[in-house]
Amino acid sequence: MELLRFTTAGSVDDGKSTLIGRLLYDSKSIFEDQIEAVKKSSERKGLTHVDLSLLTDGLRSEREQGITIDVAYRYFATPKRKFIIADTPGHIQYTRNMVTGASTANLALVLVDARHGVIEQTCRHSFIASLLKIPHVIVCINKMDLVDFSEQAYNKVVEEYEAFASKLDITDIRYIPISALNGDNVVNRSENMDWYKGASLLDTLETIHISSDQNHIDARFPVQTVIRPHQDEYHDYRAYAGRVAGGIFRTGDEVTVLPSGLTSKIKSITTFDGDIDEAFSPMSVSINLEDDIDVSRGDMIVKTNNEPEVGQDLNVLLCWMATKPPRPGAKYYLKSTTNEVMAIIKEVTYKININTMEKLDEDTSIKMNDMAMVKMRTTRPLVYDEYRKNRITGSLILIDDTTNETVAAGTIHS
Amino acid sequence: MSKYYLTHLQELESEAIYVIREVVAQFDRPAILFSGGKDSIVVTHLARKAFYPARIPMPLIHIDTGHNFIETMEFRDNLVDELGIQLIVGSVQTAIDKGRAVEEEGINASRNELQIVSLLDAIEENKIDAAIGGARRDEEKARAKERFFSHRDDFGQWDPKNQRPELWNMFNGHKRMGEHFRVFPISNWTEMDVWNYILHENIPIPSLYFAHEREAVYRDGTWLPNSEFLVLREGEKIEKKRMRFRTLGDITITGGIESDADTLEKIVEEISATRSTERGNRSDDKRSDTSMEDRKKQGYF
Repeated sequence: MELLRFTTAGSVDDGKSTLIGRLLYDSKSIFEDQIEAVKKSSERKGLTHVDLSLLTDGLRSEREQGITIDVAYRYFATPKRKFIIADTPGHIQYTRNMVTGASTANLALVLVDARHGVIEQTCRHSFIASLLKIPHVIVCINKMDLVDFSEQAYNKVVEEYEAFASKLDITDIRYIPISALNGDNVVNRSENMDWYKGASLLDTLETIHISSDQNHIDARFPVQTVIRPHQDEYHDYRAYAGRVAGGIFRTGDEVTVLPSGLTSKIKSITTFDGDIDEAFSPMSVSINLEDDIDVSRGDMIVKTNNEPEVGQDLNVLLCWMATKPPRPGAKYYLKSTTNEVMAIIKEVTYKININTMEKLDEDTSIKMNDMAMVKMRTTRPLVYDEYRKNRITGSLILIDDTTNETVAAGTIHS
Repeated sequence: MSKYYLTHLQELESEAIYVIREVVAQFDRPAILFSGGKDSIVVTHLARKAFYPARIPMPLIHIDTGHNFIETMEFRDNLVDELGIQLIVGSVQTAIDKGRAVEEEGINASRNELQIVSLLDAIEENKIDAAIGGARRDEEKARAKERFFSHRDDFGQWDPKNQRPELWNMFNGHKRMGEHFRVFPISNWTEMDVWNYILHENIPIPSLYFAHEREAVYRDGTWLPNSEFLVLREGEKIEKKRMRFRTLGDITITGGIESDADTLEKIVEEISATRSTERGNRSDDKRSDTSMEDRKKQGYF
C-alpha cells in the first residue's frame, strides 16, 4: 500500500469541508464518538446541520471564530492507499499556509464552484501548486447539483481552467464533476452525470501513478549525523546516517562528498534489518565508505559524475512568512537539506502577484505572504539542485537569528 | 510499477527515523518520553533503528504518577535493561510531597494534570532540550495542528497560534537558553498504522494490550480497572471481565474494552472493525472540547 500526500485549499463556502468530511466518512475514518461530539457541539452552537469543520478545527480560537487558521493534517485509508491531507485555508492572508501544505504534497485538489467558475482563489491555489512543483492536480468542479448536472456548465469551467493553466507548469491535470454534498462522483460514479466517463475522485486518488514522482536518477544523500558506536565490537565503525533525497545508491558505487570534493566508494549500506544492496529515495539508511575521509553533518554524498551545483550566489523564489518584513542587509540562517549557512538577501529582482501571475518590478518591498524572486549570497558554499530537478535538494528556509523564527521558504531557481 | 517505491509503513518509518536523527543532530541533550504505552514503545523501537548498530544516544524519561499498572513498570524496566540506556523517572508523588503539586479532590480526581509539573521538573533538572514523544495528529484535534518540532517557551508552554511553519523536510530547532522542544516523529501515523507496524516488526508490548481476565467497574461507557485507588460510587459493582486496553495511561483513568483479542493479528482485526476512537476511553479528554489544548499549552505531553 502506497502513501499519497495531497493538499487542498478553499474557503468556507466552496464545499471543501463537506468534501473532506465525505472522504473521511465514506472511508470510515471518522469514528462514532467523533461524530457524536461534533453533533453535540453543533447543537450547542444552535446550528441546524452537523458542522464537519468542528472535527478538525481543533484550536480554541478556530472554534470561536469558525475559521481554519493553520494547516490541518487529516488521515484516511482505503484498502488501496493511505492518504494524508494537508488542509489549508484558501484566503490570501494564508498564502504561507498554502505553501507549507504544498511543500510535501504529491497532488493538489483544487475545488471550483460550478456556478462561479475559475475565480481568484482557484488561480492562487493552482499557481502555488505550480510554483511548488506538485506533480498532479485534480480540479473538482463542485456543486454540480446546483447547475442541474449540466455537461455544458462543466465544459465551460474546464475551458476556463485550461486557458488559465496553459501558463502554469503542471503536467498532469484532471477534471472531475462532483457534488460533495450528495456524494456524486466522490466515492462512486454518479448516476446523475452519465455524460462523464471518467473515474470518481476516490478512484482517481487511489490509482493515480505516483511512484515515478521521485527523482530516481540523480543520487543525493545529505548527511544528518555520524554513527559511531562506543562499543568494543564496533571499534572502528563509522557510518553516515541520512535519508536518500534522490536517485539510487548501490554498494560499490563511486561517490563524491560535497562541498569538499573528496571521493570514495560505498562499502555497505546498513539498516537495522540488515545490510542492503541499494537504497533509493526516500529511504533512511546509513552508508559506510571504503576510505576514512572527513564527512560530517551538512555534507552531501553524491554519485561521482552526477553532481549537484555548489555555489554561494543563488536566485531564489521566496515566500515571506513572518509578520515583520526582511531587515535590509540582515543575515539569516539559511537551512537547506541538513546544511545551515548564513545568507543575505542582496536584491529583490521582482515580486509576483499570485492572483494574476504578473511580475511586479516597481514595488519590491517584501511583506508577509509575498512571493518574490531574490538574489542571495551565502557565507559558505551551498550544495544544491535547481528546485525543478529535486524538491528536497532545491528548497530552503530562512531563520531569523534574533527571534529564531522561520521567516521564509524558498525554491532555488539557479 | 517500478520496484523503487516504499509501502506506506516503510515511508512512515523512514520519515520518523529521519526526524529522530534530526533531533540528535540538532540538540545537545535530547530524551525520549516513555509512558509504557504502545506509541512510546514504537518511538523507542524507531530510535533503536535510527542509530543501529550504536545504542540509542539518549535516555528515556518516565513520569511516574504513582498510580501505575504493575505490568507497565515491569515492561519499562526490562526494556531499559535490554537497550542499555539510562532511565530518568519523574515522580508525581515526590512533587506532591514537596508541595510542588496539589492532589486533586472529588469523585473524578486524577493525577493526570499533575504530571505536567513532574514532566517540566524532569526536563529542567536534566537540562533536556528536546523531548521526543509518541503523540499522533490523528489522536485528538488539538494535536492535529501540532508540529514535528514543537517549540516550548522557558515556562514549558505551547503557543498554538504562533507555531513555526514546517516546510519540506526541514526542521528549525533554533531556541533560546531555557527553552525546549517537544518532537513527535510519528505525527503522521494513525492508530491503525501503529498496530500494523507493531505486527509487522513484531515489537513486544505490555500484556495489558491483550485480552485477559480482570476486575473492573463500568463507568462512563468504559471498564475502569479495579485498583487500590478506585473509589466505588453508589450503585457500582466490581465485575470480572475478559477485557483489554486500547491505550495505556494512569490506572485511575484508563478504561478497557471487552475483548477476546489475545494476539496482535486479532487486535489489528478488532481495531479495523471498531467504530470509536481510542481516546474515547480516556476520561482526561472528556472534560471539555478543548481540554487537550488547554493541558498542552501548559506543558502536557
